[in-house]
Amino acid sequence: MKVNELFKQELKVINMGLRSFATDLKSQNVEVVHVDWRPVAGGNKKMASLLSKLKGK
Amino acid sequence: MIAKWLIKENSYYDSVTLMLITKEIEARDDVENAVVVMGTDLNKDLLNNVGLLNDETKNATPNDLIIAVRMKEDKFDEIVAKVEELLNKKKSDAGDDYNPPTLDSAIKYMPDSNMVVISLPGAYAADEARKALENDKHVMLFSDNVTIEQERELKELAVSKGLLMMGPDCGTAMINQVPLCFCNKVRKGNIGIVGASGTGTQEVMVQIDRLGGGCSQVIGTGGRDLKKEIGGLMMTLGIQALAADPETEVIVLVSKPPAYEIAEKVLKTLKEAGKKAVVCFIGGDDELVRKYGFIAANSLEDAAFKAVALAKGEEPKDAPLFEESEEIIDKMAAEERAKMSPKQKYLRGLFSGGTLCDEALKMFTKEFGGIYSNIALSEEYQLKDSKKSFEHTALDLGDDEFTRGRPHPMIDSYMRQQMILKEAEDEEVAVLLLDVVLGYGSNEDPAGSLVEHIKLAKKKFADRGQYLSVVAYVCGTKADPQNYDQQVKKLKDAGVILMPSNAQAVRFAMKVVRGL
Repeated sequence: MKVNELFKQELKVINMGLRSFATDLKSQNVEVVHVDWRPVAGGNKKMASLLSKLKGK
Repeated sequence: MIAKWLIKENSYYDSVTLMLITKEIEARDDVENAVVVMGTDLNKDLLNNVGLLNDETKNATPNDLIIAVRMKEDKFDEIVAKVEELLNKKKSDAGDDYNPPTLDSAIKYMPDSNMVVISLPGAYAADEARKALENDKHVMLFSDNVTIEQERELKELAVSKGLLMMGPDCGTAMINQVPLCFCNKVRKGNIGIVGASGTGTQEVMVQIDRLGGGCSQVIGTGGRDLKKEIGGLMMTLGIQALAADPETEVIVLVSKPPAYEIAEKVLKTLKEAGKKAVVCFIGGDDELVRKYGFIAANSLEDAAFKAVALAKGEEPKDAPLFEESEEIIDKMAAEERAKMSPKQKYLRGLFSGGTLCDEALKMFTKEFGGIYSNIALSEEYQLKDSKKSFEHTALDLGDDEFTRGRPHPMIDSYMRQQMILKEAEDEEVAVLLLDVVLGYGSNEDPAGSLVEHIKLAKKKFADRGQYLSVVAYVCGTKADPQNYDQQVKKLKDAGVILMPSNAQAVRFAMKVVRGL
């Protein structure tokens, strides 16, 4: 199972959302990349849904 | 009063960062109201409530930052500069040289990443979690407001790939000794935990550490995993992963009582794991646990106590009711009571940890028949107004109605400070019971943020010729970033009686009020 492979690896994290979670990991010398995320289509739900449909094609 | 606002288009910041900045701006003497938020519908309601919603702020999008302030004199430029300074500081604290704009670009930037931690607003979180799983990354989904259908879909995808899908609403995990989100730093050891409740899992980890044991892995599942709709998909996968993990010799399950058939399913998987195990279905069906040949725990502390015994190859016994002798405890309780006035009768619990509150409610109900709460065990004891305690009451201050628009009480003590002062107005209160949760994610000085209000409350009682007994438990280890010894000292110096576990703190508080 992939989980058991994970247990043998060094943890490398991508963090999306609360920046403090990335700060905490960084302070423990864990490799972490914080995503400068923002809502798709400026938070316009209709536009976001249209975009995701286009991507799926 | 002057009201001014500024909209910074296309600048997204997370809600906790903004809430903490808002608090700092509002603390200024010259500011009446400050709102620093993203332009979501919910935040526009917030602006409306304080009269700062207008045509311009109304048109902001969830991608636009709104800074709106009502102040005595026009210091707006200075305040905006301060907000920007704080935002930049938060950014540089994270220390990243490069912040990719999307998950896809982050994966390209760090192709060997193996865990994606997601704490985005719920409406967006499931999509990003799905993308992460499709890219063979394990996921910890901290966000709530993800539908149960989405949860099912995500967990089925994860199980088909053998990946972790911890959450939604998963606050605590420790993978390869790295604490994730809200989590204590504990010793390495041979006990693996699969937990469906955040602070419940933290309490078991902390108690294992205190009793000399250590943890191999701590897998969170999110609170709904054992509901029928999800069927324990992640708990099952977690057990199987710990079964195959050579470092794990003892498995501990922590959850609120699941539906019978789900409990059976989980226990069957645990049987197949073939390892020693302790099951803590907080206040649940011990019979079923024993039927499968496992050891049932009667409290979170007891789960740790028994797991540590098993991990050392010893016969597990029930955890003692108190670490101190019962004689000393009785004497301490009697001394507390002796200082009170005849009017004082009731216990008031003000909790930041939901499961710690739940454990208190269950223990108290068993002995006293019932206790009022905002998360009451029965309809009869549900408070109509959560901010108005009645007779014996214990509150979960992390519940939704207390956290709307402000950070969780484990991050920000404001609500608890206010509630401590409110309880101090009530002459019938005898004991205040508090949890102080340390670890990553939590406030950097939770004890320090409470002691002044505790002292004020004690003074109010003293001024009335009464005495307020304050009992607390510090859920933390010496390896936590807050400095455990200093946290304990601050509370002791404020006259707080400290107990070494949540269960013992509840038992001591009950002992005091029982004699009144």
